[in-house]
Amino acid sequence: MNLTLRVWRQKSANTSGQFVEYKATNVSTDMSFLEMLDVLNEDLIKRGEEQIAFDHDCREGICGMCGLVINGKPHGPLGATTTCQLHMRTFKDGDTITIEPWRASPFPVIKDLVVDRSAFDRIIQSGGYVSVGTGGAPDGNTIPIPKEDADKAMDAAQCIGCGACVAACKNASAMLFVAAKISHLSLLPQGRVEQDMRALNMVAKMDEEGFGNCTNTGSCEAACPKEITLDNIARMNRQYMKALFKSNLS
Amino acid sequence: MNKLLSIKGKRTVTDFHRELGKLMWDNVGMGRTEASLKQTLERIPEIRSEFWENVNVLGEGNDLNPALEHAGRVADFLDFGELLTYDALMREESCGGHFREEYQTEDGEALRNDEKFSHVSAWEFKGTDQYPELNKEPLVYEEIKMSQRSYK
Repeated sequence: MNLTLRVWRQKSANTSGQFVEYKATNVSTDMSFLEMLDVLNEDLIKRGEEQIAFDHDCREGICGMCGLVINGKPHGPLGATTTCQLHMRTFKDGDTITIEPWRASPFPVIKDLVVDRSAFDRIIQSGGYVSVGTGGAPDGNTIPIPKEDADKAMDAAQCIGCGACVAACKNASAMLFVAAKISHLSLLPQGRVEQDMRALNMVAKMDEEGFGNCTNTGSCEAACPKEITLDNIARMNRQYMKALFKSNLS
Repeated sequence: MNKLLSIKGKRTVTDFHRELGKLMWDNVGMGRTEASLKQTLERIPEIRSEFWENVNVLGEGNDLNPALEHAGRVADFLDFGELLTYDALMREESCGGHFREEYQTEDGEALRNDEKFSHVSAWEFKGTDQYPELNKEPLVYEEIKMSQRSYK
């Protein structure tokens, strides 16, 4: 099939960008979205134009590296799907597709469709580490964990830190991401020991990095390729409030 | 880095990457022969010299440049692929996942040669178009005896 692509091109963080239109011809429906861009990039180089920079790594939906806003939606039109797992069969011959980077001030554009997501790394660092040794798998199983807690912790642990939640949010809030990390650890006994400090520090860092607050719109949940749910944010808020009161008492 | 950017040839980095990959897959894959390895050792230097004369890497060296990054990797792969082929050629036995077709038992199983090749080969890169130096780390087992694996 043949497509018209409107791609955001921006040379660096300090220059302004603009949409550039490209024709993608003979696109196979079996290609992934990123493979379609690979083929376009080969064509561009042969024409003497610089290739479009975009982030990618595992291309199997588990690393969190890829992420494009496709037709206004982070990771494109399919639910629970990363950009790399989106295939061209989702589109129709003759379609015009608009491709943008994540748009959020804490995620400055580095080049074209690549943004700097190191703010997420700094939030993770601010959470510190879990000081309780968990041992190997058999040792881990000696601590009984209710099935419901284990399931909820594992659901939260699905977060791959891609930043689609921030890109989807009108407030550029990172609360779904931070809530997933906080929930993942505090639902398990080993992670509970440091949960108060973790919640206080990660929330403070999130604010310091310039991410907005949650207004319960839910677009993050809709965009999340790993289906992280809003109740994680409620859990984070409860935990943050408890930790705040406790820290004021002591 | 500046050299790669200044060549401004006609072929893309991906084009060279694919050509090298196909050569390695066909000739230095799971099944290989002395002939396929020798052919590869003739071909890689040809691809490499064309790469350094005819690759097209656009953009600049001071900002994020995926084409330049890829070119640096493929330049490494060209040297490393050659080194790997030297090792495969020198190891006259079938060992692990690699099958030298000349060295097999009567019923087609891998045939090792522990007398000559019971060592780890650590090759030292001596520069492009120079034969690498072989350092041998002998495999010494104190408790167990080496034997032939069989799935039959």
